[in-house]
Amino acid sequence: MNQPGTPTPDAFERALDRRSLKGRSLYVDAWHRLLKNRAAVAGLLVLVAMMVMVIIGPALSHWDHEIPDWDHYSTPPSLETGHVFGTDALGRDLFVRTMVGGRISLLVGVVATLVSLLIGVTYGAVAGYFGGRIDNVMMRFVDAIYAMPFMFFVILLMVIFGRNIILIFVAIGAINWLDMARIVRGQTLSLKNKDFVEAARASGATEAHIIRRHIIPNLLGVVVVYVTLTIPQVILVESFLSFLGLGVQEPLTSWGALVNEGAQELETAPWSLLFPASFLAATLFAFNFLGDGLRDALDPKDR
Amino acid sequence: MALLEVRDLTVSFDTPEGEVHAVNRLNFDLEQGETLGLVGESGSGKTQTALAIMGLLAENGRASGSVKFRGQELLGMSAPELTRVRGSKISMIFQDPVSALNPYLSIGDQLVEVLTHHRNLKRRDAVQRAEEMLRLVRINDPEQRMRQYPHELSGGMCQRIMIAMGLLCQPDLLIADEPTTALDVTVQSQINTLMGELSEKSSTAILLITHDLGVVAGLCDRVMVMYAGQEMELAEVHDLFAHPRHPYTEGLLKSVPRLDMDRSGILNAIPGNPPNLLEVPSGCAFAPRCPYAYEACQTRPEFTAASADHWRRCHLERLPEGSS
Repeated sequence: MNQPGTPTPDAFERALDRRSLKGRSLYVDAWHRLLKNRAAVAGLLVLVAMMVMVIIGPALSHWDHEIPDWDHYSTPPSLETGHVFGTDALGRDLFVRTMVGGRISLLVGVVATLVSLLIGVTYGAVAGYFGGRIDNVMMRFVDAIYAMPFMFFVILLMVIFGRNIILIFVAIGAINWLDMARIVRGQTLSLKNKDFVEAARASGATEAHIIRRHIIPNLLGVVVVYVTLTIPQVILVESFLSFLGLGVQEPLTSWGALVNEGAQELETAPWSLLFPASFLAATLFAFNFLGDGLRDALDPKDR
Repeated sequence: MALLEVRDLTVSFDTPEGEVHAVNRLNFDLEQGETLGLVGESGSGKTQTALAIMGLLAENGRASGSVKFRGQELLGMSAPELTRVRGSKISMIFQDPVSALNPYLSIGDQLVEVLTHHRNLKRRDAVQRAEEMLRLVRINDPEQRMRQYPHELSGGMCQRIMIAMGLLCQPDLLIADEPTTALDVTVQSQINTLMGELSEKSSTAILLITHDLGVVAGLCDRVMVMYAGQEMELAEVHDLFAHPRHPYTEGLLKSVPRLDMDRSGILNAIPGNPPNLLEVPSGCAFAPRCPYAYEACQTRPEFTAASADHWRRCHLERLPEGSS
């Protein structure tokens, strides 16, 4: 006899059956694996916190990123003055400037990566899928652009069109899609010989349908991992450009530009380097942890 | 007019070593509702014949001759026309059912897409039709299964789903390329039983490619034995098993292990290897391995009728007695 409270074998089987019949896609599986990876979850939380901060941060302070506080030049962080991160040599509040700079850095990172994603995935999938001569011509074009010196290209663009934030998106995106195209092409080459692609063709699917429904969804895993690793790379490139003075223009700022200013005042006002630099570093770390976690979660056999 | 008329079908591949002839001037007919078995050892051109009919040859492959489906020429058909025929009038199921399903799409999505694509059904109607089809291939809880993904199902279940997908649009012809090879024995017999039932219920003709003679005996109306890309023997199934008219068929039949045979010895096998398809032998392709080969075998025998429904490619009028 069954003890009261113990499920009957029948009920147990039914419960088991119901659970196993629910259906869980490989991406949902990967998400569950990701949530078990502490470093990746920490990275994700840091990134979410960072985004919330840079979006609502400036509104919390009554200072503005452009208007100096005439009473406080180069003051260290202090709650009394209200400048929690201190002020720079011109008396502007560093907390607000760090948040506004973060907006630009993250925006550049995400938008430029999306641009390169869109171009790279389309280009790589088409080259890999059609193969043969089309592939050859398309990939030699990629090689040719690769050979162009990036910095020279950026400086040239700045000189011709003047310094402009849109131009930074374009310049970075124009270079970064090359890697994406190569990765996606390689994946597509192996995917198009898979049985399910042949099966799709045998059931009358058109080429466009096969690319859209069978190739791209299967590419998603690799692409997502690559995106999370590209965003920090792009942020770093933008910081480097700003550090050289080629990036965003005053009074607008970015983490790279702030680090540049801070480095010049390192001896007199170390906080003006410390805050933007640690925000930049924390973001880069978080993206890398998340990217690693995603890679492990999406390809558990690869560990 | 036969449903499918294959005339002088030749499939060749350009390889770095030269031109490989996988199929050499193959001829056969398939009638409406009939099940034709295509047997032969690996490399005899069975699968390439099927792929040529579907227009799915590899990039370096070329098919010549003629394949007429309801009088309509399939070889050289344009891509948009082909996509209308494939999946709708002719469909195909593959050897490995698990890898033939897209791992990232649910079973339901993959089934429904075939219907919305070919039959312009609304999604709700297509879902209903797909569920009916799953019930027909003996899958319980079709509503739940539709929401699952291939990795959550067994190989046998995936093959049932492939069969369901193949039959969704009620095609005139279903090409099954070794549908049970990747499955274990008990599941194999379930799938074979299912295919037998379905072919009886529907008017779909089946071209069954296999190297399992047991499957052929159970399912097929007629059998064609292939060797080195040529037809060796074509006969009604019982006739072929009882009275093989070609030494190769005889060899194949003898090499099938049986429960009532002496189990101490080694299995019977046909000595030697299939010919290199880079150069098609000028004589009979099977002669080098044939126990009865004689001078006449230097020239290639024609494919001739031994009786009304029994064709073979051999110089011998009949096989020597007492050998089988």
